[in-house]
Amino acid sequence: MDFIGILSIFVLACFVGYYVVWSVTPALHTPLMAVTNAISSVIIVGALIASAEAGSDIAKWLGLAGVVLASVNIFGGFAVTERMLAMYKKKEKK
Amino acid sequence: MLDFLSTATDGGSVNPWVPLAYLVAGVFFILALRGLSSPSTSRTGNRFGMIGMLIAVVTTLVTHDIANIVEIGIAIFVGGAFGLVVARRIAMTQMPELVAAFHSLVGLAAVLVGWAAYLNPGAFGLLTADGGIGAVSKVEMGLGIAIGAITFSGSVIAFAKLSGKMSGSPILLPGRHIINLGTLAAIIVLTALFAMAAPSETLPLIVAMTVAAFIIGFLLIIPIGGADMPVVVSMLNSYSGWAAAAMGFTLGNSAMIITGALVGSSGAILSYIMCRAMNRSFISVIAGGFGADASAAGGGGGEQRPYKTGSAEDAAFMLEQAEKVIIIPGYGMAVAQAQHALREMCDLLEEQGVEVKFAIHPVAGRMPGHMNVLLAEASVDYDKVFELEDINSEFAQADVAFIIGANDVVNPAAKTDKSSPIYGMPVFDVDKAKQVFFIKRSMGGVGYAGVDNDVFYMDQTVMLLSDAKKMVEGIVKALD
Repeated sequence: MDFIGILSIFVLACFVGYYVVWSVTPALHTPLMAVTNAISSVIIVGALIASAEAGSDIAKWLGLAGVVLASVNIFGGFAVTERMLAMYKKKEKK
Repeated sequence: MLDFLSTATDGGSVNPWVPLAYLVAGVFFILALRGLSSPSTSRTGNRFGMIGMLIAVVTTLVTHDIANIVEIGIAIFVGGAFGLVVARRIAMTQMPELVAAFHSLVGLAAVLVGWAAYLNPGAFGLLTADGGIGAVSKVEMGLGIAIGAITFSGSVIAFAKLSGKMSGSPILLPGRHIINLGTLAAIIVLTALFAMAAPSETLPLIVAMTVAAFIIGFLLIIPIGGADMPVVVSMLNSYSGWAAAAMGFTLGNSAMIITGALVGSSGAILSYIMCRAMNRSFISVIAGGFGADASAAGGGGGEQRPYKTGSAEDAAFMLEQAEKVIIIPGYGMAVAQAQHALREMCDLLEEQGVEVKFAIHPVAGRMPGHMNVLLAEASVDYDKVFELEDINSEFAQADVAFIIGANDVVNPAAKTDKSSPIYGMPVFDVDKAKQVFFIKRSMGGVGYAGVDNDVFYMDQTVMLLSDAKKMVEGIVKALD
């Protein structure tokens, strides 16, 4: 993709982010941080490429280390978000 | 099933399905955040996030040589298992430090990916005709590494402060602003030199730049005190997003760019909300030092003013008589783990026909939404939990304002005393309630801002001097 194409996606995504995040209810700001954390680990894509491709052994090991770190975040981040969200309940009279 | 994807060439993919798959992943991430606009849609949102991640990972795997799938599988398994165990075991009161720790991992992963791209540019389709890396790619790579390194070391310090492994009070180096600005300038200059250098000369530059970025992340966070941690955590959240976006530019990957932009704006907006809730500018928070002189201001506080104290039984009696009670939780509730006892108290009062509401200040606790999660954990119905602007007008009709572990957020000095460090911060009008109960460990400690609180000495205030959890349990016992 050319640079301008990528930049367009980036700028528009910033605006999408701006409006989507302002509509998040303040009660869910902690889960918001946890889930943004999980999705920012999409950086695993880069780590996977580095660890899969031939060419440099050091790059491969750096990539594998990156895969481990990002996996902690992906699994941990989504799981802890799920755990928190499951606690937000409406009235259930006992 | 995914055969059509595998025809892509390595690195610079010509197969149009590949960018499309990453775009779809990006859209799922947008939907994940969109779901958080309400608790009822939030879990679906989280699932969308997982689907998006799965699409991104699978797309990457099927479009590249995966000669060492076993090693990759082990890496994912090890990381994933560790993440799941931590996510399951962590106490809700420890969320701020967990989030800080997770941020540090994203930052470090960005550094590793940036370095891997530098060492093996061919794999990422970054090689130009002359066998080097293009200048634009090097700037993007440098930015990704620098932001990632700042995120990493900053989050490690934030984690240490939040988890109590390091004192929460600001550490002020002499001339720190000059040191910080100098380091920042060095990073920018080194990145520029790195981008322009011939391939054989780049290594020392990128090493120096990475080291400088690690150092400035550390320097930026050590002068920031505990009470400003909500801003710091949000800011680091934002940085982790920008790091992912920068790597997305390097790799030309739309899923990473969309996510980076989303996370970056999310953290920036949260930082803004936190700063606004403290009436402080982002710059003054980042400059640090707030709360450094707290002990001095608290210690030399002039003559002792009279105040009333009470017991759990007194409080229980008054609470039972009330028609409307507003509870204001703060960081002290989290420290004492008093949320479950508090919910029991709330249930008992409601059985007796008392209306109970919770009032949450945006900066209560150590991260945005911290109190809401703790109350949710204790099964407090979220319909009873209100934000500052939605409930502040109700204190005039409240019989009891019940303050547990909060201090600065109820200090009227923020409204009246122009010389106060917290002047201008929006606070709860607890002075309008007929009766105020203030649970506090002792009269000695003042809030993080280090200012005395007139609420302690009001006629209608009763100080309940005890550990928050023990006091609330005492009230529960007296109510039974």
